[in-house]
Amino acid sequence: MRDDVLELLWEGLRQTLYMLVWSSLFAIIIGLILGIALVVTEKGNILEARLIHKVVSLMINGIRSIPFIILIVLLLPVARWVIGTTLGPTAAIVSLSIGAAPFLGRIVESALKEVALGKIEAAKSFGASPLQIIFRVLIPEALPALVRSLTIAVIAITELTAVAGAIGAGGLGSLAIRFGYQRFREDIMFATVITIILLVQFIQWTGDYISRSISRKRYKLE
Amino acid sequence: MIVIHDLSKTYKTANDTFKALNGLSLTIERGDIFGIIGFSGAGKSTLVRCMNRLEEPDKGSVRIGNTVITDLNERQLRKARQKIGMIFQSFNLFDGKTVFHNVAFPLRVSGYDKATIRRRVKEVLEMVQLSDKENAYPSQLSGGQKQRVGIARALVNEPDVLLCDEATSSLDPQTTYSILELLQEINRKLNLTIVLITHELDVLQHICKNVAVIEQGKIVENGTVDQFFLAPESDTARRFVHIVERYRQKRNVLEGAGAGI
Ligand SMILES: Nc1ncnc2c1ncn2[C@@H]1O[C@H](COP(=O)(O)OP(=O)(O)OP(=O)(O)O)[C@@H](O)[C@H]1O
Ligand SMILES: [Mg+2]
Repeated sequence: MRDDVLELLWEGLRQTLYMLVWSSLFAIIIGLILGIALVVTEKGNILEARLIHKVVSLMINGIRSIPFIILIVLLLPVARWVIGTTLGPTAAIVSLSIGAAPFLGRIVESALKEVALGKIEAAKSFGASPLQIIFRVLIPEALPALVRSLTIAVIAITELTAVAGAIGAGGLGSLAIRFGYQRFREDIMFATVITIILLVQFIQWTGDYISRSISRKRYKLE
Repeated sequence: MIVIHDLSKTYKTANDTFKALNGLSLTIERGDIFGIIGFSGAGKSTLVRCMNRLEEPDKGSVRIGNTVITDLNERQLRKARQKIGMIFQSFNLFDGKTVFHNVAFPLRVSGYDKATIRRRVKEVLEMVQLSDKENAYPSQLSGGQKQRVGIARALVNEPDVLLCDEATSSLDPQTTYSILELLQEINRKLNLTIVLITHELDVLQHICKNVAVIEQGKIVENGTVDQFFLAPESDTARRFVHIVERYRQKRNVLEGAGAGI
């Protein structure tokens, strides 16, 4: 290993984390909104609205069926419009957020659907409003499942940052491609891969820990 | 007093419709423990669920006290529901909340302040004898305890009516008995009207004063519990009572004595 490795690695990790944190944050916010919308507008739920349900669902399917690498290209004008450039980690955040949000919407939906309809009915029977049901029943009851789903999503976004890296977003992904692939620097390639593995492990471990401590409190599980 | 007039409800599925309530009328006096009995699919659940409009009836009216439930808009309905408690066969407790917060839920959505909530929750938990379980989660309770939490949660807003849909059907006989005792005590103490759906004659016989028999979405018999057992008129009632009769005879034979059920 040459001594530039650590420096490059640190720079790549910093950029990856920067993209990861912000795009996860935006994607989770949009995903939560989409997922909640999907669940509550469904037939028989608290804000039944089948047209809205259909439109949101189609939109999600539409974006999800576009391969991410193509989606990034499609979203370049949006990145330019939002932050004025199409290069670098900040521009990638736009594509990453929009690209990951539909996937998040779906997994939030499936986590929320695990909440038994009976609990929602009980809440309704005590005079709770739809908003109260969403924030005081639906989300808290689904919390362990939500945390597990969001962990999967953040890991998926980590992978996407590497893809974005391949087309100029920086970060560990571009490091691996630029040095490892194009310049045959196997040491950098190797170090990058190890770093990504550690990063993914860390995310999984954190998510598991949070979800387990919630469940343990509720169900006295080991 | 609860007055139900000409209530109809048709369920529509993809390629089928089903008339679950068919012009049903019924009057329940204030302070009564009123049983509604009928075979599976007769429309019992649909009827109570129409009473607080968890299910929207297509036609007819429900009046509770001076409030015509079927005339209310969404906001008024939410307000009215605060005075209509409901307990469920599967308890429907919130697994993510402690007993205290489960019971506090109806008060929190009604916007009470913390001190009032604390006081009221403590009161009802004492009434259902669960003061020591305040900080437990539902998963740590037995079925009977869960239903007690359900009852506490339904009563915390001081409702005028308590709707019970098969509230004891998933409990063993002894636990059922203790829950029925509790309901009876509450009925006496608070002069609360209790509407109790059941298909267990035991439940009827233990605590109900009056009973209506429902068959294909209609009331086919309506009177005191004694009338129901002594002189059943409808088909459904006869079939129910017939089962009891057979057991009574069997038991008499077995015991060689005249002790009734
Ligand atoms: N959401 C629904 N969609 C379609 N049909 C329904 C729905 N709910 C109930 N039904 C039908 O309406 C009829 C009455 O149902 P209901 O649940 O009121 O019966 P029940 O008397 O409570 O029976 P049980 O003793 O089995 O609980 C049944 O035939 C049932 O299949
Ligand atoms: Mg039923």
